[in-house]
This record gives sequence, C-alpha cells and structure tokens, in this order.
Amino acid sequence: MSNVLVIFRREFQGYFATPIAYVFMGVFVALAGVFTMYIGGFFIRDQADLATFFSFHPWLYLFLIPALAMRLWAEERRAGTIELLLTLPITMPQAVLGKFFAAWMFTAIGLVLTFPLWLTVNYLGDPDNGIILAGYLGSLLMAGAYLAIGSCISALTRNQVIAFVVTAAVCLLFVLSGYPLVLDVFSAWAPAFLVETVSSFGFLRHFESIIKGVIDLRDIVYFASLIALWLFVNVLALDVNKAR
Amino acid sequence: MSELVRIENLVKHFGPIKAVDGVSFSVARGEVLGFLGPNGAGKSTTMKVVTGFLSADSGRVSVGGEDIAANPIAAKRRIGYLPEGAPLYSDMTTRAFLEFTAAIRGFGGEEKRRRVADTVTRVALESVLEQPIETLSKGFKRRVGLAQSILHDPEVLVLDEPTDGLDPNQKHEVRSLIREMAPRKAIVLSTHLLEEVDAVCTRAVIISAGRIVSDGTPEALHARAAGHNAVTLVLRGVESEAARAALAAAQGVRAVEELGADGGAGRGGNGAEVLRLRILPEDGRAVAAEVSQVVRERGWKVEELTVDRGRLEDVFRSITAPDRTRS
Repeated sequence: MSNVLVIFRREFQGYFATPIAYVFMGVFVALAGVFTMYIGGFFIRDQADLATFFSFHPWLYLFLIPALAMRLWAEERRAGTIELLLTLPITMPQAVLGKFFAAWMFTAIGLVLTFPLWLTVNYLGDPDNGIILAGYLGSLLMAGAYLAIGSCISALTRNQVIAFVVTAAVCLLFVLSGYPLVLDVFSAWAPAFLVETVSSFGFLRHFESIIKGVIDLRDIVYFASLIALWLFVNVLALDVNKAR
Repeated sequence: MSELVRIENLVKHFGPIKAVDGVSFSVARGEVLGFLGPNGAGKSTTMKVVTGFLSADSGRVSVGGEDIAANPIAAKRRIGYLPEGAPLYSDMTTRAFLEFTAAIRGFGGEEKRRRVADTVTRVALESVLEQPIETLSKGFKRRVGLAQSILHDPEVLVLDEPTDGLDPNQKHEVRSLIREMAPRKAIVLSTHLLEEVDAVCTRAVIISAGRIVSDGTPEALHARAAGHNAVTLVLRGVESEAARAALAAAQGVRAVEELGADGGAGRGGNGAEVLRLRILPEDGRAVAAEVSQVVRERGWKVEELTVDRGRLEDVFRSITAPDRTRS
C-alpha cells in the first residue's frame, strides 16, 4: 500500500512540475463554464440546478481525459523510465494504481475548481445541493472510467498520439452506446434485451441517473467494476510487454 | 553465500530474432564482471532479464538466491540497476528523485535523509541537488542514475554502460567508485570500452549474437592477443644481424623482427644507429628476463625495453567478428 502512495505522490507532483496541470485545469474549468452558460442555456432554462453543467461532462472528458491519460505509460516507455520504475521492488498493480489514483485525484481537483458555478447557482436560486453533490460524485466516477481506459491503452503504445486517439475512440463508444444514434441501429432488429444490454454498457445511462440525484448502488458498481476491469487489463498489458 | 547472481541457460526472443541464446554464468561477491560485445549482441537484453524488466523465454535467473521470475520483489530488493542511457524522471529535482527511490526502497524519515545525503556525497551531486534533472549535463545525469542504483547499498549492481558519455575525469571517478564498492558486492557492468575492462573488471565475458564466446580474466583475454608478451627492444650502436641472431637463440623466442625507426622503415648508414627490434615469444610466454639477460651478457646499450600486453581490441575483434578479421 505504501508503494502505491509513493508512486501516487511522485506522479501527482509531476503534473504540477510541468504546465500540464495549469493548461488542463484552465481549459477544463473554462470550457465547463462556457458550455453550461451559453450552449447549455443556463440562464434561459431559469432553473436553479447544475444539470446542464453535468450533462456536458461526458463530452468534455472525451477529449480532455485521453489527453491526460495518454502520457501515463506511453511517456514512461518513450523516455525509458519505465525500465527504472518496473525494476524497483514494486508490483505491477502497485505501479498501475499509483499512477491511476494520481491522475484521478488530479481530475478531482479540476472538478473542485468548478465551484464558482456552484456558488453562482446558489446565489441565483435555491438548488438542491444534494443533487449537485451526487452530480459531482457521478462525474468523478465517470472520469475514473475514462482514465482507466486511457491508462490501459497508454500501456499498449509508446506513441502518445495513438494513445490519445484510440482512447478517445473507445470512450466515444462507451458514451454513444447510451444514445439513440447507436441504440436505434440495434432497436430496429435486435431483441429488446440486447438493446437494453448495449444501453446499460454505456456511460450515459448510469451517469444520468446519478446526476438526477439517484445514487443507485448498481451505477456505482458499474463504474467501479469498469475501472477495475480496465486497470486489470492494464496490468496484463504491462506483463505481456515484459514477455514480448 | 558468495554466489550472488546465477544465470542458467537464458533464452530471449524478440519476435523472430533470438536476442539471447543460452547464456549462463554466475557472479560472486567481490567480482566485477565486464560484459562485452558488439552492439546488439544481447548485453542489454540479458541485463534487462536479470533485473526483472523483461521475462525470459526459458532459463533461470536468481539473485541472492531469489528467483527473479518466481519472487521478483525479493530479488529486485537486492539489485541496484542503472539502465542503458540512465533514464530518469527529468521533471523532478535530483533531491526529489533520490527521495522517491529511497521511499520506494522502503526508507523513511531520518534513515531516508541519511541515505540520500550519503549517496549524494559519494557521487558528488551536492551542487545540483535542487536542480530539475532535465537541466543537468550528461555527466551529472549519469551520476544521478548511479546514485539511484547504489542508494540502498544493494548486494548486486547491474550497470548498463555506466561511463558512456562521460569525460575522462568523470570516467575515472565512476571507476574509482566501482572499485571501492567491489569487494562487498557482485557487480555486472556492460561496456564498449575495453580499457574499462582493464581498469575495473576482475572478469570479462564476451557475448556475440546472443552467446557467450569468451569468459575469463582480463589477463587471460590479453593472452589471446597476437602480440601478447612480445618485447620491444630499442638499442643504440648495435649491429642488426648480430643482435637478431643472439636474441633469436634465447630461450622461448620464436622470432625477432627489425622495426624501422619510429616503427616505420629502417634508417640506413648512420654511426650512432638506433636499432628497433620486436621479439615474439613462443606461445605468448614471458621472455623479458631472457631478453634482458642477453642484453647484459653482450653489454648492449638499451634505450627502451617494453613488454606488450596485447591489444584487447584485437582479441575482441577476432572473437566477435571472426569472418572479417580472418579474410
């Protein structure tokens, strides 16, 4: 456990040693604000909630999180530091978890930095802060799933551009599988249970139920097991690379 | 237990390429094993398997009795490793990086501070402690890599080209450090530099195309050189024919050649003529004593008398590229 912590600290500090942190946070907070206020019609809706804010998160994450995750392993491989890291007396899962938690904590800070929106909505009206808290929790869980996918794919290549593009594509698949765009393709011919299955694999169904304030254990289990699965494959990918 | 590293029948493929093909050797405490070979011979791959970065296709590696595949954590604790090119987390400062490795190695609090401070002194990193590693010169980076590998005082040190890219002073420092640590550790270092083998190694293993082609002391390697123990003798005012005949008659001498002045073409006719002779021994035996006895008996004036150890480069080339040198 302490090894995970040591790696976590190194990784986490690494974000702030470079401009990555500031660019990422800045863009995330700015875009979240812009999307909510203008595209989401925050003022026109005239509702004291952050539903529009959260509903843009799957799309924001779609390009921001792959950008954050692409360097996790690909950069280590490119710089050769992976050889240093993996010859230290740590296990593969410890390395994977340390890096993952650092990236996750980093996105959590990004989320916290959107607090002015929360202040605004509280100033303008009287929102249900429980629902907003649930929204933040759901968004964080979903970010974790994006990151786990990105971390895994980053372990498969030394090329960060490839890691970015493939991660974005896979995440897009997970987002879209909750949308009519994909579901209609299936609903035309497939039995209902299959449509249901495809839909339940998607991020959106689970995310939307959480941001409505319904914290269902099944949604949390969905994201948690998705994270666990991808990180498990991540460890496998590193092991395969070792024996390559 | 004196045998700290044991490698048995190591085989490693990269796709269709056989990078390591049945390498076996062991290294005992106190040994400094120089791992030599042309680029792509399998030196680095072997080291990556020994340190647990890559897994072998077949064969076994144990470090301090711990199998690197079955018990990687225990084995890795005993190893200090400097990977090829000394990769480092370049966005960290020297201090932060060393503290990170110390923490991973299980040191905390006062012990961690002491370890980092000691190591920093040993490899002379005081002046760059607070600098980001990416701003350091190549020599300093290499030393940070070295510091990281010795910080936990491991029994086994695996150094992949530890002096690559260093200037002569820095090379000397790193070699002194290796020599100083050698009695307490088993050290494996790879190098292209044959002088390094002479300078620090107690044993030289040459690998070519994934196989070990020579394993012995640097001295034994020298003995394989064509000119090993040849004596170069420079005389003044001695007649060539007589000198050559007298020396050729000495015990153990195979042949005597006349070299020109400065090793070039012969210089004719002058009074105080300088005669350069190269005396080749039978089977590389030492003949300096016999030669000097002849010199004393004849009362020749000696300008210079040197014994060749044989050039390691020649041995290296004849072993690792036999086709090219023979033709």
